[in-house]
Amino acid sequence: MLKYDIVIIGGGPAGLAAAVSARKSGTEKILILERDHELGGILNQCIHNGFGLHTFKEELTGPEYAYRFMQQVFDEKIEYKLNTMVMDISAERVVTAMNREDGMFQIEAGAVILAMGCRERPRGALNIPGYRPAGIFSAGTAQRLVNIEGYMPGREVVILGSGDIGLIMARRMTLEGAKVKVVAELMPYSGGLKRNIVQCLDDFGIPLKLSHTVVDIEGKEHLSAVTIAEVGSDGKPIAGTEERYTCDTLLLSCGLIPENELSRGTGVKMNPVTSGPVVNESLETSIPGVFACGNVLHVHDLVDFVSQEAALAGENASAFVKNGCKDISDEKGIEIKAVEGARYTVPSTVNTERMGELLTVRFRVGAVFQDSYVSVYFDDERVMHIKKKIMAPGEMEQVILKKSALQEYAGIKTITVKIEKD
Amino acid sequence: MIYDVVIIGAGVTGSAVARELSRYSDLNVCVIEKGEDVCSGTSKANSAIIHAGFDAAEGSLMAKLNVEGNEMMDDLARDLDIPFKRNGSLVVCIHKEELDGLKDLYNRGIANGVKDLKILSKEELLEMEPNLSDNVEGALYAPTGGIVCPFILNIAMAENANVNGVDFFFNTEVQTLKRDENNVWHLRTNNGEYKTKYVINAAGVYADKFHNMVADKKIHITPRRGDYCLLDHEMGDFVSHTIFPQPTKLGKGVLVSPTVHGNLIVGPTAIDIEDKEATATTAAGIGDLMAKAGMHVKNLPIGRKVITSFAGLRAHEDNHEFIINWVDEAPGFFDCAGIESPGLTSSPAIGRMVGRMFREKLGLKEKSDWVGTRKGIVETKNLSIEERNELIKKNPAYGTIVCRCESITEGEILDAIHRPLGARSLDGVKRRVRAGMGRCQAGFCSPRTMEIINRELGIPMEEITKSGGKSNIVLERTKGGED
Repeated sequence: MLKYDIVIIGGGPAGLAAAVSARKSGTEKILILERDHELGGILNQCIHNGFGLHTFKEELTGPEYAYRFMQQVFDEKIEYKLNTMVMDISAERVVTAMNREDGMFQIEAGAVILAMGCRERPRGALNIPGYRPAGIFSAGTAQRLVNIEGYMPGREVVILGSGDIGLIMARRMTLEGAKVKVVAELMPYSGGLKRNIVQCLDDFGIPLKLSHTVVDIEGKEHLSAVTIAEVGSDGKPIAGTEERYTCDTLLLSCGLIPENELSRGTGVKMNPVTSGPVVNESLETSIPGVFACGNVLHVHDLVDFVSQEAALAGENASAFVKNGCKDISDEKGIEIKAVEGARYTVPSTVNTERMGELLTVRFRVGAVFQDSYVSVYFDDERVMHIKKKIMAPGEMEQVILKKSALQEYAGIKTITVKIEKD
Repeated sequence: MIYDVVIIGAGVTGSAVARELSRYSDLNVCVIEKGEDVCSGTSKANSAIIHAGFDAAEGSLMAKLNVEGNEMMDDLARDLDIPFKRNGSLVVCIHKEELDGLKDLYNRGIANGVKDLKILSKEELLEMEPNLSDNVEGALYAPTGGIVCPFILNIAMAENANVNGVDFFFNTEVQTLKRDENNVWHLRTNNGEYKTKYVINAAGVYADKFHNMVADKKIHITPRRGDYCLLDHEMGDFVSHTIFPQPTKLGKGVLVSPTVHGNLIVGPTAIDIEDKEATATTAAGIGDLMAKAGMHVKNLPIGRKVITSFAGLRAHEDNHEFIINWVDEAPGFFDCAGIESPGLTSSPAIGRMVGRMFREKLGLKEKSDWVGTRKGIVETKNLSIEERNELIKKNPAYGTIVCRCESITEGEILDAIHRPLGARSLDGVKRRVRAGMGRCQAGFCSPRTMEIINRELGIPMEEITKSGGKSNIVLERTKGGED
């Protein structure tokens, strides 16, 4: 059986950053397994700019951002296998993978880093009634067809969901000469970044209809029209508000789902809110030596944060290997709870001895909050109270915990993150 | 050329009949199908159940063929490599007053010749199926009930017929048919005229249209729509048997059942409509389904675990009986009409019955070289590492996963495309090897499957369809796209 110190599942932005960081932390034998025919993951089809403002202080396209990390992987001579699908990861960290050249093979890994990314919610899961014709795509599939394959799905477009990929594709389809008639969003707020609404919809005069959904799909063979309607506070369509749009393309951008089929097979404990693994301050899952980072852990808004998170996972996986792959999981972790407006946190526990000087705790809010505060409580005592002009579900929030502060409060049981009006 | 027999429709009935007729020598048979593939109508959208046979009225042809078809299924599944499992059916009561109805159903089943039926107490039932509702009072248990892959059942019979000499013509719609003075039938289609001595009408929801073109004694078929939801693999072992409520006059009710591929299926509704093409689901239909599905099981997370919903049309004949016979007024014209549930189960028995009737009437002789078996497409996900590696060594395409969700390799897709009556569309591939059938619903694999179809069959990307006709996936090159 092959043996590696660290096996990284996925060669997208998370996997690349984790690999580079693990190597810089001193681990030699690292292997990245990538199912596609090139490294870079979904960034390869994100040809728009706006990536890397935090990491590189400049605006890069997706492929450029990916290449910055790929270059480091090449420079560090980190091994990778392309066109290779991981079929199984055992709790003992035996990775089973397959490709054309090697067939099906197994690797004994000192540590495993899960970096499989996420996938889009398909039409079927949205329960939109109507026919099932050609012409309905998840926004990312359309993005691949247009940007990688070079084909246009259609000319008259309706978009359901205001996730970032949908917004980006509204602009992209427009630039390719298509008419994007409307973006309908079920929720009363957008699921995407504010800057994307401005740059991809407003700048092109594309209307965004909040609290609207698709209630009918016409066309037996190919899509010919969709009907959208306003929804009430119960999420149900309001009779009489229907508007019919003729179109040949419906793009869906209704949420991303961390791709955790492998993780479930391994038996890692999952967080039902994020659909990602539950992790501690080291980004280690419930199975010792199995780490997670990037969109497989929780869906991010900016790739810069993916890279930061992945670097931490790489560092900690490296430390785990250096420490002889010993299970040092213990009961010393302090629970981090998300309540009142905060939907979840990553990580969900913190061990003050194992954390670095600073620990970034990321979370998302469940609704739009204006002029509110992000508060952090150590048990019952409020220790942080940060004013925010606006917080929205489409954007990730964070608080930074200091090791020194936590050590002062020795013996606390719970850290609570909540949103407060004052 | 004049065919001996033209079968209209390559659904499960037409394909079963074609396979049976392919046994005979000196018989030129073809199947004409308006869809782009076999299994394009009612046969592709149903509950995928092999019914035990206790529902149909005692003494009916439906009852007889249901029980026969059920009994034939083990041999057929073995011979044609069809995914099939006898998981057993349960008709579950949640009201004490329904228990009498259960007894009636039991008696009918015995009269129909269904074996091993048993009435279960609440305790026995809950031991067998812990996820049933706490309100259950008892159930009729039919161990012979089963589940099957409806696509492969249909495809396998058609492939086998084709290998034994039956021609298939797709994208060909019969527009008119009439008999000339020499008793030759002329079928006018969008692809020219077909001539034949005998016509078999296996046109599903359109069987009344063709029957009524040649006969004064009319029949009427109502498309009875059934909406379904298919749930994620995670829910595949929610129940192990097929769970039915008590039947009503509209049908067998909303069932909850595992599928042979490890999903959970919930449905169907029963809504009579006029439009024979109206396979759109409706919000009301899906809502009805969700309300009814929860009655006999507990905590079914249907809303969160649905991966797709779809609707099929049952070919409901006014007398709710199979019409399988020569049409006296139109010599040489044979009906297989009103084939609604349990049509899938009955299909092998229908094929056998029609084959016998033709043999007797035409004095047919069996071929000596008829091949009754078919090797299916290898399902690599069931193979051991050693078996996989052996396969990959022979053909590296078996080492490339194309569909992540269902773990389907390029090798399997190549087989689906290149075997007899191979796939030419995304849905054609999906029904043969399940690529695109999983939880991401082809979001990831469809561009890759398109590339394979493009490369293997030389179909330009713009002409590749989801399911034939105008269902093209992409329209044209982007402005900067290469030619």
